[in-house]
Amino acid sequence: MAIASAGFRELRLDRMSRNFGAHNALKEISLTVQRGEFIALLGPSGCGKSTALNCLAGLLSLSDGAIWLDDRRIDTLKSEERGFGMVFQNYALFPHMDVRRNVGFGLRMHGISTAETARRVDEALNVVRLGSQQAKLPGQLSGGQQQRVAIARAIAVEPPLVLMDEPLSNLDAKLRLEMRAEIRRIHRLLGSATIYVTHDQDEALSLADRIVVLRDGEVRQIGTPQELYRRPINADVAEFMGFRNAFSGQVVRREGAEVEVDCGFAGPVRGQSVDVAGMGPVTITIRPADLTPATDGPFNAEVTGMEYRGEAYFGTATGPAGQELFFRTEMPLSVGEAVRLGAPADRTLVYPKGSGQ
Amino acid sequence: MTPASSTTSPARPRRRTLADRGFDSVTLLLVPAALFVIVVFVYPFLFGLFLSFVPKEGGLFGNYIRFFSDPYMYGTIWLTLRLALPVTLLNIALSVPIAMQVRHLRRQRLLTTILVLPITLGTVLVAEGLLNYLGPQGWLNRTMILIGLIDRPIRLIQNYWGVFISLVITGFPFTFLLTLSMISGIDPALEQAAATLGARARNRFWHIVLPLIIPGLAVTFCLAFVDAFSVFPSAVLLGAPAGETRVISFAAAQAAFEQYDYSYASAIAMIMAVVQFGFVGAVLAVRGLFYKGPAGGGKG
Amino acid sequence: MESALEKLWKTLVWAFIIFFVVNVIAMIATVVVNSFGTRWLNSWLPVAFTTRWYASAWKEFQLSDVLLVTFQIAGAVVLISALIGVPAAYAMARRDFAGKRLMMLLFLLPLLVPPITFGVPLATVLYRVGLAGTMWGVIVANLVPTVPFTVVLMIPFIEQIDPRVEDAARVFGAGTGRLFFHVLLPLLLPGILAATLLAMVRTVSMFELTFLTAGPSSQTLVVALYYSVFAAGVRAGQSIDAMAVVYMLSTLIWLIIALRFVNPTQIVARVKKVPA
Repeated sequence: MAIASAGFRELRLDRMSRNFGAHNALKEISLTVQRGEFIALLGPSGCGKSTALNCLAGLLSLSDGAIWLDDRRIDTLKSEERGFGMVFQNYALFPHMDVRRNVGFGLRMHGISTAETARRVDEALNVVRLGSQQAKLPGQLSGGQQQRVAIARAIAVEPPLVLMDEPLSNLDAKLRLEMRAEIRRIHRLLGSATIYVTHDQDEALSLADRIVVLRDGEVRQIGTPQELYRRPINADVAEFMGFRNAFSGQVVRREGAEVEVDCGFAGPVRGQSVDVAGMGPVTITIRPADLTPATDGPFNAEVTGMEYRGEAYFGTATGPAGQELFFRTEMPLSVGEAVRLGAPADRTLVYPKGSGQ
Repeated sequence: MTPASSTTSPARPRRRTLADRGFDSVTLLLVPAALFVIVVFVYPFLFGLFLSFVPKEGGLFGNYIRFFSDPYMYGTIWLTLRLALPVTLLNIALSVPIAMQVRHLRRQRLLTTILVLPITLGTVLVAEGLLNYLGPQGWLNRTMILIGLIDRPIRLIQNYWGVFISLVITGFPFTFLLTLSMISGIDPALEQAAATLGARARNRFWHIVLPLIIPGLAVTFCLAFVDAFSVFPSAVLLGAPAGETRVISFAAAQAAFEQYDYSYASAIAMIMAVVQFGFVGAVLAVRGLFYKGPAGGGKG
Repeated sequence: MESALEKLWKTLVWAFIIFFVVNVIAMIATVVVNSFGTRWLNSWLPVAFTTRWYASAWKEFQLSDVLLVTFQIAGAVVLISALIGVPAAYAMARRDFAGKRLMMLLFLLPLLVPPITFGVPLATVLYRVGLAGTMWGVIVANLVPTVPFTVVLMIPFIEQIDPRVEDAARVFGAGTGRLFFHVLLPLLLPGILAATLLAMVRTVSMFELTFLTAGPSSQTLVVALYYSVFAAGVRAGQSIDAMAVVYMLSTLIWLIIALRFVNPTQIVARVKKVPA
């Protein structure tokens, strides 16, 4: 199979906007995608990620802005003229066609000869490793198999860009992990640019070259998985990326990139400043996994719950002013027990208060 | 009371009670309705069948021979088919493209309500209305003359065309509403997927929508055809019941009420049933060749 | 993003829809206008308007009697259908048993076989039993399609009610009577209402069955209308149309009420799901 067709150098979303009546689903989304890149659109339900994907596919028209493929403007083209491959959330396999005819549909629509279609269908089925089920109807296949057919159908036409709309959300946990690895393998093999929509952080972190975090129709942060995991750009994104602990406080001391913050606990908390200017009000965020019992830790709290998760215990606690804390501990604690918690300074992120709102 | 079973003898399997097979007091609630249908539908039908073989004159098949040796009688089959088949095919042919357009409409309810009017009002009222409306002095002829389509009124009543039009007016809403609900039941993601794969609107219809609705259209055809084949009041009031719209149901009614020959009338009703179900059977057999499953796109 | 061809097609389709709707409304309007006209022979509209045809039709066709008979028949049909149909639907919705499919076929047949086809044999049987020409004969004949209609319409309504709600009621001590009155009936009321109203519309407008089984004193309005149109040479067209308008009102009123509860499609679909 041809490695990433010389389809394009870059795909540019230029202030792409889409309204539904009074509701602004997408607000001036701008993004540049390079050839072969795997981009994840990550965000909670209603953030506009599926809308963005549908606009890219041509299933929705733009209210404002443009989409450029190199120097060609494509947002005025219909779906059937864009030539992108798309994998739908519920697969959308044609129920009345067997696997081969499903996979070959796009090729037939583009007028490819029967012989060539058969060859490319074989190749696509090989890539997704589904050769044996060729003659079956979609209704006779399992969820994972249907998923593979949907992918094969999208890549058979050798599109410059593959769009995926939460393709794994209907699979059970084990299958999801398997298919994730498959998608990664296929992307490495074919090298086509891919835009992948998901609300699952782990998927985004595991698959993407770059992640675009969307919230309320706006881009909040674009970065590599590592950047997004370690340094979310603001408190909002941090909370979405799993920094469940968030406390308000006041900066009391600065030391270069580090700050000390008083947030109403037994002691001041040390953390990394992320764009904090001066000594004003801030929000501290910490991942539950980084907050652990420490005899000299600044957070004094009373345990309110304990949950066993196999690899460790995860607990909840209440601080002196009613703040909610989420922490991790090797040995379980009892509800009602008083505890002191602490986190490494380089894993504690401090943001200006109100950032990301 | 009885000691706990720590017996050494093997336990006997419990007899399957009626309740195990789903029959209990709740199922009994069915009995009045089921009995009613058997007594008032199945029995009369079988009785009519039996009666048709006991003619006033002639042997076992007396009625049937009489029917098929009289062109005035067996001709009714052709005359009725001549109306029912084209009307049904036309109604279905019109329903599909119109349903394809209307399905995206947001205010469908107004349209569907208006369309339900002819069915609610019934064939008699539609016949009476058309007698006025399609008459030589009626509004339709007047309008056509006014806009210059014709210079003299065309004859639309007391002939084939009046009945044809009335069958379309009462039949189209039925096939349309069924077709609309069928087409609306197709997962929109299927057409979207087809579009991303390069299929234009015509291809999307031909390759995706049509194959998925053909089974439903076949059933719609059967229901609509059976309805149209039973045409009665409009053929009498609006057509030429002694001539070109002498339909088979009219022949049956005549036999019953004008000749008081209930045996012959029953025979005609049986012949009517055979023709109707002959067509239905043929269509359903062909339908069996097509994919009949749900029109969704997969799990989820 | 539409091509010119697509726009043309769309226009054609909408042109047909509008043409159809306009013609249906015009056809109905003709009847109404004529019923109010003094004389209408050679012009677009009657010479003048009057309401005297209604008075004369009322007397001539004995409309008050006919209306009474119609609603007595329709009322009885609807009531009896509900009484035996709703429990049957409940049993079909809640129980699976051997022969259930056969039973379903039994209920579908009277809806699929057209009225004339089973009406003629039915009339014969009623004649033999001495019910032909009586009001009860007409009621029985109209019950044949209406009982199955009620059953088939109610089944999905009942299936919609989670059976665990009934279980919960029993766990909390409700006997069958209380279960029915306090739990089932309130939940089923919209469905029963819908079925009743639709059955009403169908019975009032049902021609063939009443035609085959009625006598002169047990005719419904639609049959009386048929006979008067049939003998139209003798009577004034306007008074026939006045009768027709009265008939229209007698069906439309139920339709309008029914539409508050159901989708127009359900009036048409005799079977809820097209059988595979």
